[in-house]
Amino acid sequence: MTSARPRRRTSHGVRSAPYAFLLPATLLFALFFALPIGYALWLSLHKVEVEGLGLGKDARREVWAGIGNYTDALTDSELLHGALRVLGYGAIVIPVMLGLALLFALLLDTERVRLTPFTRLAIFLPYAVPGVIAALLWGFLYLQDVSPFFYVLDKLGLPQPDLLDGGPLYLALSNIAVWGGTGFNMIVIYTSLRAIPAEVHEAAKLDGCSQLQIALRIKIPMVAPSLVLTFFFSIIATLQVFSEPTTLKPLTNSVSTTWSPLMKVYQDAFGKGDINSAAATAVIIAVATLVLSFGFLRAANSRTKKEATR
Amino acid sequence: MSSPGSLAVRKTRPAAGTTPGTAQGPPPPRRIAVLPTAVLALGALYCLLPVLWVVIASTKSGRELFSTFTFWPGSGFADNLTDLSAYRDGIYWQWMGNSALYAGLGALLSTAVSAVSGYALAIYRFRGRETVFNILMAGVLMPPVILAVPQYLLLAKADLTDSYASVLMPLILSPYGVYLARIYAASAVPGDVVEAGRMDGASEWRIFTRIALPMMVPGLVTVFLCQFVAVWNNFLLPYIMLSDDEKFPITLGLFTLLEQGSNTPALYTLVITGALLAVVPLIALFLVIQRFWSLDLLSGAVKS
Repeated sequence: MTSARPRRRTSHGVRSAPYAFLLPATLLFALFFALPIGYALWLSLHKVEVEGLGLGKDARREVWAGIGNYTDALTDSELLHGALRVLGYGAIVIPVMLGLALLFALLLDTERVRLTPFTRLAIFLPYAVPGVIAALLWGFLYLQDVSPFFYVLDKLGLPQPDLLDGGPLYLALSNIAVWGGTGFNMIVIYTSLRAIPAEVHEAAKLDGCSQLQIALRIKIPMVAPSLVLTFFFSIIATLQVFSEPTTLKPLTNSVSTTWSPLMKVYQDAFGKGDINSAAATAVIIAVATLVLSFGFLRAANSRTKKEATR
Repeated sequence: MSSPGSLAVRKTRPAAGTTPGTAQGPPPPRRIAVLPTAVLALGALYCLLPVLWVVIASTKSGRELFSTFTFWPGSGFADNLTDLSAYRDGIYWQWMGNSALYAGLGALLSTAVSAVSGYALAIYRFRGRETVFNILMAGVLMPPVILAVPQYLLLAKADLTDSYASVLMPLILSPYGVYLARIYAASAVPGDVVEAGRMDGASEWRIFTRIALPMMVPGLVTVFLCQFVAVWNNFLLPYIMLSDDEKFPITLGLFTLLEQGSNTPALYTLVITGALLAVVPLIALFLVIQRFWSLDLLSGAVKS
């Protein structure tokens, strides 16, 4: 230990260096992740008690609420409806978006297909458009007075549905997410398709497989890990939908301030000023997200493991 | 529009013989696969449609917007531009500048933090390495909402809300960026090179900045771009943090403009022109930078 050999001395630097390198990340994590999460948990377990008229310095006190905020949030029909709306929305978005992403990725990877650099870029382009602006653009395309779709419907003498109300609203919102997300997922899947060794295809082709068979039997199973990842991120993103419905809100009366659970958190915290129940709702959403996404990951992993051992 | 094989095509590894669909030797005459090409073209059309629409709609005057055929250009583009620039003494350009600041500086700082952390996690063997990594990764899964509300309250206690810092600071640590940087450092920086640097007596910091960092640049470009897009597109955090509209990023600025527009439809032309101009820099950035951008890193990460 007291040896003066240079190797010892360098190894001391080697030992402390990683901790120094990780210091900024650790500090930022403590300040902007751990502390807020801890504070949210603390808030969710407390409530504000107002004494008398609520005037004076000590009139508002934070007192222990136990799981009161949680039981309130879980029995709140507005939250339940928001959750159901988002589940309905996700049931459209995720299969359509990932289905299209997989289809486009497979087509890009097919032989004798033309225009691939252009179409690949065009389909990826919406990723560069912020969700708010995407919602804004589509919002105008949904408006009867300015939309080309309604112009065509009008010329054909067909009925003009209100796209921003009732059932069509789900489609309208889903369309925005599909438009914005397909390209990114397509690129992730496409890139892992490109990583499949050519010999695999050639062997299959020599065996007389058609392009479609190669796609279904070889390519899709081989990109399964990418599909799992895109599913995982899509679930997380869907449960947290906020900016798109918020952006459409000025264009229609049928998007309420609590349309999605996240909007309810915002409304509780900043509309009603009830940060304690907002915190409880936020924690519930976080737990639901973790349970759903990890549940999915576990199911997907055991599936792929089974396939691998077959 | 772009050179073939730019996006998502591997550059670092040899592509010959491993790239499916690439003809070896002199290409035999081939038929075009019509149906797949047509489906892809339809997909491209769907994705370009709103962009096409906003380009045309921004040329229309307020009256033309509601009266002429949607895909027929109007005559008011110059007027719209002047109106937008004149609106509240050019606050639109202030928003654009703010977005550039948030996204540019935020992504730069975030890439720097990701680079050192990813490098440390990839190269060194030390106690608690996996623990640190796993805790950081848990941050990916934290919904922004569980963070944003308490972040607001805590920053309010520090008297920092409604400041540029309140939108910048929470975004510097990107768990996803650390993750990508770690994967990239592990594959791009050979342990032998680091060891050789030590033999030559270089300090750990010097090895990182002089040897490892240049090797990590292609991966860090990806981290920077992902983070730039993420911050530019961010809405929830500035929506919660900011009340002074001089500090708004473009997303929040356009949203408030749209909100007012629902009462005064004359503002719609401003919103539309503003949306077009807000999309242009990001699309330009994409077109310029896509050749440097190795998206395979994203899915390479999946396989490990």
